[in-house]
Amino acid sequence: MLRYTAKRFLSLLISLAVASLVIFVVIEVAPGDPASFMLGMNAQPETLAALRTELGLDQSRLDRYLAWVGGMLTGDFGTSYTYRTPVTEMIGDRLWVSVPLAIYALALSIIVAFPAGIYAASRRGGAGDIGVMGATQLGVAVPNFWFAMILVLIFSINLRWFSAGGFVGWDKGLWAGLHALTLPAIALALPQAAILARVMRSSLLDVLGEDFMRTARAKGLTARQALWRHGLRNALIPVLTIIGLQFSFLLAGSIIIEQVFYLPGLGRLVFQSISARDLIVVESVVMLLVFSVIVVNFLVDLAYAAVDPRLRART
Amino acid sequence: MTLLTVSNLSLSIHGLHILDGVTFSVDPGEIVAVTGESGSGKSMTALAAMQLLPKGTTTTGHIMLGDDDLTQMSEAALCNMRGNDIGMVFQEPMTALNPVQSIGRQVAETIRVHDSSISRAEAEARAAETLERVGLPQERFPLSRFPHELSGGQRQRVVIAIAIALRPRLLIADEPTTALDVTTQAQILQLLTRLAREDGMGLLMITHDLAVVADMADRIIVMRKGQIVEQGETQSLLHNMQHPYTKMLFDASRHEVNLPEAPAPVPLLEVKDVCRDYRLPRKTLFGQPGQFRAVDNVSFTLNRGERLGLVGESGCGKSTLTRAILGLEPVQEGSILLDGEPVFTGTKPNLNVRRKLQVVFQDPFGSFNPRHRVDRLVTEPFHLLDTPPQGAERTRAIDEALTAVGLRPKDARKYIHEFSGGQRQRIAIARALIIRPELILFDEAVSALDVSVRAQILDLLADLCGHYDLTYLFISHDLSVVRSVTDRVLVMKSGQIVEAGETAKVFDAPQHAYTQALIAAAPVLPDLSQATG
Repeated sequence: MLRYTAKRFLSLLISLAVASLVIFVVIEVAPGDPASFMLGMNAQPETLAALRTELGLDQSRLDRYLAWVGGMLTGDFGTSYTYRTPVTEMIGDRLWVSVPLAIYALALSIIVAFPAGIYAASRRGGAGDIGVMGATQLGVAVPNFWFAMILVLIFSINLRWFSAGGFVGWDKGLWAGLHALTLPAIALALPQAAILARVMRSSLLDVLGEDFMRTARAKGLTARQALWRHGLRNALIPVLTIIGLQFSFLLAGSIIIEQVFYLPGLGRLVFQSISARDLIVVESVVMLLVFSVIVVNFLVDLAYAAVDPRLRART
Repeated sequence: MTLLTVSNLSLSIHGLHILDGVTFSVDPGEIVAVTGESGSGKSMTALAAMQLLPKGTTTTGHIMLGDDDLTQMSEAALCNMRGNDIGMVFQEPMTALNPVQSIGRQVAETIRVHDSSISRAEAEARAAETLERVGLPQERFPLSRFPHELSGGQRQRVVIAIAIALRPRLLIADEPTTALDVTTQAQILQLLTRLAREDGMGLLMITHDLAVVADMADRIIVMRKGQIVEQGETQSLLHNMQHPYTKMLFDASRHEVNLPEAPAPVPLLEVKDVCRDYRLPRKTLFGQPGQFRAVDNVSFTLNRGERLGLVGESGCGKSTLTRAILGLEPVQEGSILLDGEPVFTGTKPNLNVRRKLQVVFQDPFGSFNPRHRVDRLVTEPFHLLDTPPQGAERTRAIDEALTAVGLRPKDARKYIHEFSGGQRQRIAIARALIIRPELILFDEAVSALDVSVRAQILDLLADLCGHYDLTYLFISHDLSVVRSVTDRVLVMKSGQIVEAGETAKVFDAPQHAYTQALIAAAPVLPDLSQATG
């Protein structure tokens, strides 16, 4: 298990190094002058020169890369050109919204999807299965911004249970924060839950057809006991893969939902930075997202090994 | 008093009749074998006794275990019965165990699920005892082992431990040794017999192999298309077979073919000092990867017109050697020449040689693309030719190949799913024959077939030997088949050829200890002509 972890960790470090290089090359080295791109067509030559110096474009590419990576390692992502504030601070503020929102949405998705998938699989072909599958079909098909607006219409405007948007901040207390994130989390979770439920169902159905499930029944387990004790853990591996992918997606993919609910999250930050041509922020956020994807994958790998002893043995 | 009484059992799944008026009984301590070919309903009979039937099954008739009618029991009562009164062992030990649970937990679960008052520690102690009984001592096979750490035979012992942990009155074994090597098969059969005798447990043994049951069962039941055609005590049934189907099964099981004389020896395939190594995963991060020698210094010559057998147990290197001969993989040492030319040159197979070689694989279901029609399937080897036949010539080649294997030219427009297993194997042979290869490799080509179909395919082979001067290498784990269709045989163990010689001589007077063990372990049908009936 230790060797497996070490190996996965090594591959994590290599992935990060490669990712940082690719991002740097694409954004900074690719043809075109970042400074003139950021300032637009009608920039004054003096302003351009000043920005070049500020960005360090007069230095060699290697020096720039090392400075960028070194800065990130010490928590210094540089200064936003448009807002004139440290990028670290800007991202830090947004992460306090985006990470809890992603975790909240993923938790909701799992809470709904697991029972739905298990229920559907255990009643394969029955009315319950057809009902759940129909619902997930709908969940995948409905655009989540539209669903978000429906939620606002019902729960904010008519019932007045939640505010229609904005974020109060965590200093108002955990409950107030969660309350503000509930509708966006539900809107984000719906399609994810639908996908996850379908994966859970099909994975479980595959496992239910395995020989060892028959062995379990032959030793006297009821169908339900066999499913819980032998089926679930074996069905979990493909489900874990999907959960990992969903978390990464939720972290950055919530731009539209953040717009609908007017939340100061990472998605909006990227959106605004791109519109403002603030390359420094874009570069940092992209790197951060890549970092989170790689770390989540690392955690999923560890979860695989926890579930499946065969992976622990294979190094 | 009888233990299990099945009376007038009929069963259908979604309206399809599977069993029809099946009646038999098993006494305590008695070993009863149910035999028949695929589709005879023997496995469904076993599942019916467990009441583990697929959805959509309707049954009539009675299955009495002692005084209880299993067909009338509630699901809760059945769960209580399964594992407690009846244990079951399945065919495929590689998949019959939960891969993510230790063997100790899986055995202990049988004990705990029927009596939750037993503590976990106590259940584990009893699981250890049971594993010991089936030949898995704790020193070497602690409870914490996972299934993937065990061999097929060892896994089957775990499955048996799960089934007998509570000392059930009846044990049902559905083809328990079909997936195992002959020596392992002999051990598992011995174990099952011993357990049945020791515990006075009834044993209902489902098998397609008459030879397996001939010297172990007290009684034999022969099934065909969902009906029992004959049943009786083993000796009297074998010596006095009434039903033509039983006779056919018996004859087909030990079917022998007449091969035409092999021509004077002229070397065709020369395998010289061949070694094939595989890299093992690294033990440490930067350490040298280990090597596994799958084929170790193998040399032999196959003469033109000769029929050579290659026998050995799983993992002995048979398949690796086959792949090397086909030029699918390079070898690390030695040379493989066909007609004086290497089968593998540089980094790829030598096409000049490849067109002289064809292969027939084991699985008649998996070795065809289901979306292609038969004419396209059998002409696949044409891509090896520089000028493949076109139009009428192509049609003639297809017709000829199909006719040669006993099919009709009009079968060319059908899809593969329209054929039975035996017919598919005929198509595979037609595919191999169509470019008139110098050498055909049969890799377990009849292992998946029923005995009656197997006999037909073997006859076809002998027939083709006469018409086409076939040269072949026949790879199989089934000694009786190899004995019948080869002139010479090689015995392989751990990558090496331990014995080689004329087939009849090797089988009658094996020299190497391994060959002797192999032949001793192989189940044989009794020779009825010498015994008194």
